[in-house]
Amino acid sequence: MGEGTITVAGLVLSLSLVAVAIGISLREHLRLERDMVVAVVRALVQLLIVGAALELIVKPSTPLIWSWLWVAGIVVFSAVTVRRRAPQLPGVFGIALTANATTAIVGLGLTFGLGIFAVNGRTVVPVAGMVVGNSLKSCVVVVQMLASLIADRRPDIEARLALGLRGTDAARPIVRQALRLAINPQIENTKALGIVFLPGAMTGLILAGVKPVDAVLVQLALMYIILGAVVVTTAMTALVGTKRLFTSDERLVTLVRSREDE
Amino acid sequence: MADAPLFSFEHVSVDGAQRPRLQDVSVVLPRSGITAIAGPSGAGKSTLLRCCNRLEAPSQGVVRYRGEDVAARDPLQHRREVGMVFQQPVVFPGTVADNLRVADPQAGPERLEELLRRAALDPAVYLERDASTLSGGEAQRACLARTLATDPKVVLADEPTSALDETATAELERLMRSLADEGVPVLLVTHNEPQLQRLADHVIRLDEGHLASTSEQRRG
Repeated sequence: MGEGTITVAGLVLSLSLVAVAIGISLREHLRLERDMVVAVVRALVQLLIVGAALELIVKPSTPLIWSWLWVAGIVVFSAVTVRRRAPQLPGVFGIALTANATTAIVGLGLTFGLGIFAVNGRTVVPVAGMVVGNSLKSCVVVVQMLASLIADRRPDIEARLALGLRGTDAARPIVRQALRLAINPQIENTKALGIVFLPGAMTGLILAGVKPVDAVLVQLALMYIILGAVVVTTAMTALVGTKRLFTSDERLVTLVRSREDE
Repeated sequence: MADAPLFSFEHVSVDGAQRPRLQDVSVVLPRSGITAIAGPSGAGKSTLLRCCNRLEAPSQGVVRYRGEDVAARDPLQHRREVGMVFQQPVVFPGTVADNLRVADPQAGPERLEELLRRAALDPAVYLERDASTLSGGEAQRACLARTLATDPKVVLADEPTSALDETATAELERLMRSLADEGVPVLLVTHNEPQLQRLADHVIRLDEGHLASTSEQRRG
């Protein structure tokens, strides 16, 4: 068995830490064990399907259009996920779709335009996955924070509206707070690069025989693109989303609390 | 429009989640003095008040301000003209001066001091004080000062003394009376009958979203 392969027994053994996590959940009554099992099984099924599909996509004979269609699927799925996390925000699907699509276009444009990778079946989907995937995490946090902060701090917003402020100005302190919470983890990730963790693209390139310094430069460029993408997507979602929270006559709409907030 | 009433409600209804919060209310609010809007909990008092500065919009009917349809006015300008003090004082982060500048970003030191004096707060003590450290009564007066920073022509007060002790309540009542005497009419939501007797020149009573009665009152 060569490097980069694993047996079924090895895969099962790798689940031992998950078993520990389930044990902790049961002991502490976190009620997360079901979600963990679902996550593990879903990841298994999804990645097996993805692996099989990627086998087809990366074949040199496969037309590149299939890769781009895959990217479109990633963008749509991300928007669906964002909506599922904060369905009470008006128009959140369309906003997240536009923000993710813009980020994917700019992120991929920079990656391929700067010549970091060549455009081919092996690169398009993984790079889009990195850019949109990282943005998705922050997007989900920002919409959830917005929905919960707006509901909790309605009196604060209405006190500002009553002074004649525009809705977006009245909500600005809350939007800032939500954006900081959503973007900070990505900034911390970028700060910890190389000290706490060695990122995947760099590790992959080094394992594939690329000189470490070259691998580092590629990874740096990717991290900068990802950081920019995260900030742009999250800010777009939050700022446009906030506008939708106010009627044309600057009244705050009523948000129904989601169960997850309670 | 010179003789038009301060606010007139014409067949106004406001939908609610379970039942209408206001139902076909037609009433005229006079141009001067303190008008109390009274009634039991859930009568629609706050909803009526919030319709006055467009924090709520009627689902049916028309609200007029000095004869002009409120819905046709610029909402931002309208709200600066029709100031509002809420039941729970909401102070923003920062000092009392920072709070006043949210309403009037151009305000200089003299203006800020004048606003605090109008709300019976000593500028030397309160201007640079962290707003989060104010007591309930002080916070409510700071909120009144902030409301006055937009130079409102009317002040809406939604049970502003319900969370205050007796001394703070008396001080705020005195301030509302002096505002009314200066020519700034006050619309006061209250379910406190003694307060209504002490303060109100006109009384509008609501019950379950309906207008129950209107009356003039000689204060004792």
